[in-house]
Amino acid sequence: MSTMLNVTGLSHRYGSGENAHVAVNDLTFVVETGELACIVGPSGCGKSTLLRCISGLIEPTGGEVTLHGDRVTGVPEDLAVVFQDYSRSLFPWLTVRQNVEFPLRWKRNLSRAERRERAEEALSWVNLPGVGGKYPWQLSGGMQQRVSIARALARRPALLLMDEPFASVDAQTRFELEDLLRSVQVAHGSTILLVTHDIDESVYLGDRVLVLSKSPARIVADLPVDLPPERDQITTRESKNFVSLRGEVARLLHGGGDAPEQAPTGEPADTTEPSTLA
Amino acid sequence: MSTVLGFLRRWSLFLGLVVLWELATRLANDPFFPPPTTILQKIGELWFSGPVSRLFLTDDVYVDILPSLGRVLGGWSIAVVLGVGLGTALGRSRTGMDYVGPLFAFMRAIPPPTLIPVFLVLLSIGTTMKLTTIVFGSVWPILLNTVDGVRSVNATQRDTARSFRTPQRYWITLVVLPAALPKIFAGLRLSLSIALILMVVSEMVGVTDGIGFELIFSQQRFDFPAMWSWIVLLGALGYGLNALLLAVERRMLGWQQTSGATTAKTSGA
Ligand SMILES: Nc1ncnc2c1ncn2[C@@H]1O[C@H](COP(=O)(O)OP(=O)(O)OP(=O)(O)O)[C@@H](O)[C@H]1O
Ligand SMILES: [Mg+2]
Repeated sequence: MSTMLNVTGLSHRYGSGENAHVAVNDLTFVVETGELACIVGPSGCGKSTLLRCISGLIEPTGGEVTLHGDRVTGVPEDLAVVFQDYSRSLFPWLTVRQNVEFPLRWKRNLSRAERRERAEEALSWVNLPGVGGKYPWQLSGGMQQRVSIARALARRPALLLMDEPFASVDAQTRFELEDLLRSVQVAHGSTILLVTHDIDESVYLGDRVLVLSKSPARIVADLPVDLPPERDQITTRESKNFVSLRGEVARLLHGGGDAPEQAPTGEPADTTEPSTLA
Repeated sequence: MSTVLGFLRRWSLFLGLVVLWELATRLANDPFFPPPTTILQKIGELWFSGPVSRLFLTDDVYVDILPSLGRVLGGWSIAVVLGVGLGTALGRSRTGMDYVGPLFAFMRAIPPPTLIPVFLVLLSIGTTMKLTTIVFGSVWPILLNTVDGVRSVNATQRDTARSFRTPQRYWITLVVLPAALPKIFAGLRLSLSIALILMVVSEMVGVTDGIGFELIFSQQRFDFPAMWSWIVLLGALGYGLNALLLAVERRMLGWQQTSGATTAKTSGA
């Protein structure tokens, strides 16, 4: 296996002087090609900042990111991002098909017909055939998020970054989307880096789980997930491996690893989402 | 059937008032207030008594009405191009509005008809003066609403477009302008009615042609049915142009979830 993503000593600080805020501190990890890696960390620890640095949307104040060997300076060509806020990320004035075709518009050597074909194909991967003519607001939240996943996949990115993609859909839809993502990933051998604050989700989805500490984010552990590639919402979640793994991740998150210097600044997010960190 | 009912609901009050007006004017028998039927007769005489070869339209239509319409639409179109173009550039620039904002607020506050004497001296009576007046008066709502609209693109949409390496051209045509369109249309409607007013006012100055000129001229001749005919024509023109613009708006903003929401809020610009 070759290395897709290489992050070395990545740090990011917002602002400067008195108001400076270190969001990400000295992160180092790699993601192999064809892997689905999950990053789990408490709310507000700097997960989005990390993804924004990797995707080139912001320039990190320290360290470096390389994507199959090339140093990331601007947004790389073969990368796509799925944002948490699907309702704002889709363009409401474009139909579903036009939204999915959007990133293909300026792809060279792609005719109109081919573009359309690719969009339909991507929509069928996410189980949404035949809704191309609708506007996003005519779909449910789960369907909208599937459209934004289809839009990212239509570009056939080497690396797909996902920022808490299922955080704002209901539990049932979330299970469906998780299974869908795994089956698409297995079918296409895509490389995916997914960020979440949900421990169960990270273990259920990942081939690997990277655990982040509270702000500023550091890597506390890098755990391989010892589960079969075919996963099932009921049996997998009952299996001994799953239960012990999620217990381990929870302990790491709660203890914050070996980071005693962090004063408990009262993470409000912990109280709002007790179930995810329990 | 329901369309007939809808039509009746919308127009019955209007028609009732016209009938009332007819009765009142017949009773009063005041030469300054001719009954609507007389005005209608005059309208037929003035504009629709031409030869077959000219579609029954008289010279007035070709000499006065069409040039006036040309001025409104011409002036307004220039204002649209200027307003949307400049507004897009200013809305995208971080500091541009800081420099020109106060200047624009000041210029916009000047009632445009008061500038006619200035433009008269600068440009003398003619089409240029009239167009300048129309453009100057009607460009502000478009410009300021476009700036507002362009700024309404949200951060997630910006990040999404950036993460796909969207080229400038696609960014503006597929994201920025569509996002700004509801606001732009609110500005367009406002500026269209301003353009119509300024067309009439600018034509009332000096002896030339056009609807405004004919309006004043018929009043000076004490030809009150003719004067009222021109007034009715202005009302019909305003109504027709606005309806046309609304139809275009409905087509272009069809994607909006709550159609009608934007038509209700004519922004205060
Ligand atoms: N543009 C910014 N300017 C200044 N500080 C910022 C900015 N963006 C984020 N931060 C701060 O950086 C820290 C990490 O933010 P980030 O959004 O990366 O966290 P997160 O882990 O994604 O949170 P969540 O789980 O809520 O999505 C937060 O304390 C936040 O206040
Ligand atoms: Mg986040």
